[in-house]
Amino acid sequence: MKTWIRHHWQSLFQTLGRMAAAPASTLANALVIGVVLALPLGAYGLLVNVQAFSGSLPTEPQMSLFLAMSGSKPDIASLESKLRASEGVRSVRFVSRSAALAGLKGAPGMGEVIGSLRENPLPDAFVVTLASSNPESTEQLEQRFKALPGVAHVQVDSAWVRRIDGLLRLGRTAVLVLAFLLGFALVAVTFNTIRLQVLTRREEIEVSQLVGATEAYIRRPFFYFGGILGIMGAVVGLSIVAAAFFWMNRDLKLLGQFYGINPGLNFFSPSDIAAIVFFSALLGWLGTYLSVSKHLQNLSAR
Amino acid sequence: MTEASNAIVFSNVSKRYPGAQEALHDISLTIDSGELVFITGHSGAGKSTLLRLVAAIEHPSSGTVLVNGQNVSSLTARGVPFLRRKLGLIFQDQKLLYDRNVFDNVMLPLLATGQPFADAARRTRAALDKVGLLEREKARPVALSGGEQQRLCIARAIVNRPAILLADEPTASLDSDYASTIMAMFQSFNQVGVTVLIATHDRALIDQWQPRVIKLDHGRLSE
Repeated sequence: MKTWIRHHWQSLFQTLGRMAAAPASTLANALVIGVVLALPLGAYGLLVNVQAFSGSLPTEPQMSLFLAMSGSKPDIASLESKLRASEGVRSVRFVSRSAALAGLKGAPGMGEVIGSLRENPLPDAFVVTLASSNPESTEQLEQRFKALPGVAHVQVDSAWVRRIDGLLRLGRTAVLVLAFLLGFALVAVTFNTIRLQVLTRREEIEVSQLVGATEAYIRRPFFYFGGILGIMGAVVGLSIVAAAFFWMNRDLKLLGQFYGINPGLNFFSPSDIAAIVFFSALLGWLGTYLSVSKHLQNLSAR
Repeated sequence: MTEASNAIVFSNVSKRYPGAQEALHDISLTIDSGELVFITGHSGAGKSTLLRLVAAIEHPSSGTVLVNGQNVSSLTARGVPFLRRKLGLIFQDQKLLYDRNVFDNVMLPLLATGQPFADAARRTRAALDKVGLLEREKARPVALSGGEQQRLCIARAIVNRPAILLADEPTASLDSDYASTIMAMFQSFNQVGVTVLIATHDRALIDQWQPRVIKLDHGRLSE
């Protein structure tokens, strides 16, 4: 056990020493992996931000029922009780046409336009909050409400949120495919790097085998090399994304001024960063495993 | 004689390389623990092959090879490193590592077998001292003379305190003075109980030291 730990320390320091001895090629390798990683990481980061933004929007399924302009008061009362009695309805709120107009008047830039109107063009309306956002039940309710006497038009307000959700799902799939492909690229890069390492160290490996080193001892430094390369690549990739987000945030702030909002892209959470570094190291390890299995075997079959 | 006192036993060993004629044919021999034995023969007689069979670098096509009572021919890949730790190998092509200094070359077998660094350093210096290279520990192998390089190989072979020392043409490229020095070293290891097997075609050496000689002729034992 002690010997085993000592071997690991030796391998680790050997590997770090070897990397430090060839800083240019180590840096180049880390850069290649970092750039490869930056693409899916950046896409993922943007996706997470958009998702967080859309999550802050009201996703409660709502419907607006606009009434025919000719409706009279008693119609409204009976309609309201009918709506309340419907299954799948959580709450019902009546917005009279005068209240709607008053609300619109309060909106910035609208006051003058509204004031110039000779009569109120807005209809009375019900805002119905649904119990579930299930598209089928929403559709059913929409059809049922449309058929009610006095209802001129039904609008499902939460539809566009669902559309964003659909787009986000598409984005997630795209990022997943991208990450998968570039994960392959990372494995391939480590595979090749380790192959070169094995070739340049073939004499040392041969001598080690001849003086009684075990296969595990000979392979270990390569695994450290691949793993550390993966970690360095992840750090480079994360740095690229962080820099990109930093510059984008400056532009976004400028853009946000026109809309009176203060948007900003958030960087990955610490647990996300840890997971990214871990997976990158894992991919480096995998590339090493494949490479070492293939190339060390060739070597020992002298 | 008990099994344990036989360091190396060959029983009807043949070795055929693919696409070549038989390198060794039906060899049976016993080398006792603590013996110093020369293996001679013309070049291509199978001297190197015999040594390679002992170190499990090659496996016999037929027959069995026992080293310290362990059947080397049936050894698994996992078992090979542990056999080699009991052996000291000196190669015809030296196999020195030119990217590191003398000290690190000798230390390699100790680190590869899990010795603590401080112990390994101490034993490395002891081995270098035995072959008279202690002052050259920081030198690179390229900076050494032919004789010094050979002594470096010996230091690396003995640093693990092997029970059996195998040397393939250790004096091949050396003048006779140097050859004697090297031989004296083998003699001294042998005196402390190490079994020494030396493959050589150096007649002068054999005449000088009068050791037990195993003569090979086209892969067969000859008297």
